Amino acid sequence: MATRGFFGRRTPPELADRIPPGQYLEEGFPVLSAGPTPHVRTEDWSFTLKVGPRPVKRWNWDEFNALPIGKMTRDIHCVTKWTKLNTAWEGVLVDDILADAGIEPPTGYTLAHAYDGYDTNVPTADLVGGKAMVALRYEGAPLTADHGGPARLLVPHLYFWKSAKWLNGLQFTERDEGGFWELRGYHMYGDPWKEQRFTGD
Amino acid sequence: MPLRRRLDWQAATVRRVETKTPTVKSFFLEPAEPFAYRAGQHVDVRLTAPDGYSTERSYSIASAPETAPLVELTVELLEGGEVSPFFHEVVEPGDTLEIRGPIGGHFVWRVAEGGPVLLVGGGSGVVPLMGMARHRAAQRADVPMLLFFSARHWDEVIFRDELLDLEARGDGFSLALALTREPARREADFGRRIDGAAAMAALARLPAPPRVAYVCGSNPFVEAATAALMEAGIPAPVIRTERYGG
Ligand SMILES: Cc1cc2nc3c(=O)[nH]c(=O)nc-3n(C[C@H](O)[C@H](O)[C@H](O)COP(=O)(O)OP(=O)(O)OC[C@H]3O[C@@H](n4cnc5c(N)ncnc54)[C@H](O)[C@@H]3O)c2cc1C
Repeated sequence: MATRGFFGRRTPPELADRIPPGQYLEEGFPVLSAGPTPHVRTEDWSFTLKVGPRPVKRWNWDEFNALPIGKMTRDIHCVTKWTKLNTAWEGVLVDDILADAGIEPPTGYTLAHAYDGYDTNVPTADLVGGKAMVALRYEGAPLTADHGGPARLLVPHLYFWKSAKWLNGLQFTERDEGGFWELRGYHMYGDPWKEQRFTGD
Repeated sequence: MPLRRRLDWQAATVRRVETKTPTVKSFFLEPAEPFAYRAGQHVDVRLTAPDGYSTERSYSIASAPETAPLVELTVELLEGGEVSPFFHEVVEPGDTLEIRGPIGGHFVWRVAEGGPVLLVGGGSGVVPLMGMARHRAAQRADVPMLLFFSARHWDEVIFRDELLDLEARGDGFSLALALTREPARREADFGRRIDGAAAMAALARLPAPPRVAYVCGSNPFVEAATAALMEAGIPAPVIRTERYGG
């Protein structure tokens, strides 16, 4: 349905194929979260890997930073409609976290947990094979609290609510359990290219 | 509450357009397939150009759920924006727009959830809070509610006369304005940004600490306002935020 009198602002054609349906190109970096920004000190920070209820390994800030640090530059897509191109992150690949814990991906599903009680589900296959990291730096500087620092999950190929801020752990689960937004009507998977914003999309 | 139903796009007819302030207009939409909504929810709007190019934005629902099927969207003009200038310069009664909703299950409030309720809005961030205040009034509830609303000027206070009327009912709704570019005009108001001291002073107008606080506006506003609330002693888990970007 064409909207009377709407012509729109076009994305430059060379970038158009990087903007998923319904999204617009954003130059800034907006923020989205359900509550106040927690300010977690790196001295107090830790990251726990769990299989079901069982903790497998826990790292403090220094231990975590001693893991191999990789770089990822990716386009990110927020369900509130903005897309930002070429965002540059540094952090620890989920593959390297698993290797350090000495385990193979134990189940098909994962819940990412955060300091503010937020959680979100991601299929394990979308976290391994170089697809996702726990990001510690953005554009060369430590991740600020409003963007999820000290550490956030980065799963750039899914809508950005899957990239949980203020991350404090990953938990492998037997079943695909919905997280905070997923239990409030948002899509269980969240592929921006299929515009999977809400349940049923 | 989970949304189990599929959210389909549908046509909505613009029934009325109201100018609220020099840069804010309300659009009253009647969806082809009426839906119930909760105070604080939003809808997505999709605009499509003749060549098929389309873009989407989210807009909060300003009207009370009791007003359904009518949906009031209140849009602030952002110079150079793609969608808000279209609303302001093009949309008129009789037009159809594509929308889907209602969306959102966290930034919502129902009278039955009780209070006291603290609402904190910056600029167009007042829109979903207005839905909550109107819902309370439509239900003739006496849940204590305080709206702490920051705007640059008195003449940019969206819904100003209606808010003053709601307060004048004397049923437990109070309004505190924080004007950032001119002095306060009423005793209850502030002639500065929302900070910890202002939050503390405004909160004294609720009979008890808020059981829930809703903060909405641009991201810098939400960051500053939530910091002020926490400085005034409100615990983080009580605070829910909605950030418009920017
Ligand atoms: C859940 C939700 C509910 C919303 N409800 C409302 C509402 O009720 N009323 C309303 O007017 N808007 C609301 N918005 C914002 C709205 O979706 C659009 O972002 C806004 O209208 C600007 O769109 P645009 O196309 O005109 O500008 P764009 O072309 O998208 O953006 C222009 C630039 O302005 C910046 N920008 C976006 N918002 C702001 C802001 N608030 N202050 C400063 N800069 C900004 C953007 O980052 C961008 O760089 C809501 C957003 C969300 C996510």
